[in-house]
Amino acid sequence: MTADATLPAATLPPRGWISRLRGRGLPWISMIILGLVAIATIFGESIAPHDPNGLNLGVAFRPPLWAAKGEWTYPLGTDNLGRDIFSRIITGARVSLVSALYAIAFAGSIGGLVGMISGYFGGIVDAIIMRLVDIQMSIPALALALVIAAVFGADFDTVVIVIIVTYWTWYARIVRGEILSLKERDYVALAKVAGCGTFTIFFRHLLPNIMNTLLVLSTLQVGQVIIFEASLSFLGLGIQAPDVSWGLMLADARGYLTNAWWAITMPGIAIMVTCLSANMIGDWLRDTFDPKRRQL
Amino acid sequence: MTGYVLRRVLQGLISIVGASIVIFFVSRLSGDPIVLLLPSEAPPAVIEQTRIEMGLNEPVWKQYLIFAGKALTGDFGKSYRWQAPALDLVLGRLPATIGLALAALAFSILLAVPFGVLSAVYRGSWIDTLGKGFAMLGQAMPNFWVGLLLILVFAIHLDILPAYGTGSPAHIIMPAIALGWYPVAAQTRIVRSAMLDVLDSDYIRMGRAVGASESVLVWKYALRNAAIPLVTILGVYFAAMLGGAFVVETVFAWPGVGRTVVEAVFSRDFPVVQVGVLLTSILFVTSNLLVDLSYGFIDPRIRYDR
Repeated sequence: MTADATLPAATLPPRGWISRLRGRGLPWISMIILGLVAIATIFGESIAPHDPNGLNLGVAFRPPLWAAKGEWTYPLGTDNLGRDIFSRIITGARVSLVSALYAIAFAGSIGGLVGMISGYFGGIVDAIIMRLVDIQMSIPALALALVIAAVFGADFDTVVIVIIVTYWTWYARIVRGEILSLKERDYVALAKVAGCGTFTIFFRHLLPNIMNTLLVLSTLQVGQVIIFEASLSFLGLGIQAPDVSWGLMLADARGYLTNAWWAITMPGIAIMVTCLSANMIGDWLRDTFDPKRRQL
Repeated sequence: MTGYVLRRVLQGLISIVGASIVIFFVSRLSGDPIVLLLPSEAPPAVIEQTRIEMGLNEPVWKQYLIFAGKALTGDFGKSYRWQAPALDLVLGRLPATIGLALAALAFSILLAVPFGVLSAVYRGSWIDTLGKGFAMLGQAMPNFWVGLLLILVFAIHLDILPAYGTGSPAHIIMPAIALGWYPVAAQTRIVRSAMLDVLDSDYIRMGRAVGASESVLVWKYALRNAAIPLVTILGVYFAAMLGGAFVVETVFAWPGVGRTVVEAVFSRDFPVVQVGVLLTSILFVTSNLLVDLSYGFIDPRIRYDR
């Protein structure tokens, strides 16, 4: 192989807003998948073909549609209690997506605000806040989740609280970094001279400038949070039956791995496809909003 | 340089003390910590004695000082499930966890370096695309699910690897892959972008000009410099593995700290949870600290002038 074969000619994106979006390859498939997950989240049980908790031992361990004895009634097969896996995946989407959205909304607002305060005021305030962030980051998220679950017991609220407590630091760090450079801009100085209060500067002048960062960061965190929730539920420290979650389905399926490969594969694919879509949209948003951070 | 090292070590210590405060106060948030620290069938006399020992009638900050003082001497209380000092119990499991984390790290590097180098050399080719796709998949798959799939394929269907436990070198293969898959993506990116920079540098061009073979240039001269960013950041990934080990150890019944803590949560053995989490945090902070300090030692171009 020769040296000059390593560098293909750079392709210039076509002009115009719409075509530029298309040039950057709008992630249609990812958006459709997340759309489907959103529909499952909103309608949940009511669009599921079967009762997600309906026991029917007569049809236990039915294989998925395309396998030898598969049938349309149970497109993704059934588990050890004869529950329809497809219906359970639809129902479980709610836990995954809602916990992610909840947690990200809170973590983003808290972390964002703390980061703004830290970056804007600097000095001792900044030092204290950044030490707090360090301390928070020195406890691995799952370890902290174990402590909290040990003390308070495990349920949906524990999951959301742990995620908020863990993820606000990311926002705080990154937003602080942005504010450090933003606050040196002329328009902030002018706003101050013009007599704007701190509140106005924060929410009129600084916030709009960090919205892109917040949006990108949040999208990229959806996947992580979904995996985190699944891990907690898998360990038995998150969502508890009779609620349905993808992580919990995997925990159940672990018990009869030898009998039904589909029971362990399907919920995992649901997690993977959802995270993959969220990550791809996140990457795309980052590339679109912030070409500097685009990977080489 | 010395000033920088001292400052970073001090910051690390603050983080560890801070982590201990967080863990301590979370245990106090539930109300009466006696419920957490003693088995429910403990006789009233023992409860009363523990109350006095821990100074539970004192203000909270004094209670923390008592806790910290005891912790410094290695006294974290007794595991009431195993009737042994909690610290000894967790320390005994530590080698297994560190071994697993190292094996996982080795696995991730083994994949990330060739992928990263090839993606850089054949930029934009199918190898590059494959590397990216592989990396994206890794970041979207929960490590415990990877572990379960591995068990399904290699232990149950092919029956060539043991499904769980320890005992032979083969036992560590699947847990290491499950744990090591996730960081492959990030590591590949690091190697790839470092490699792109290096391949563009003068000394490589010089090497090409004098007719050195491309493969020697890439794998010997370029990789040596391109590996620096990866090597310096390995500690961060090691630390991340410690966190991930909580789940993977549970999947594979690996006798490490993570599984011990998870089991302790279920048997409400709080002293063990406390030590396990604190110890993980200490390891976490230490390896991150070493990363920061290693920059200057590995790459002499970076000095802590400021």
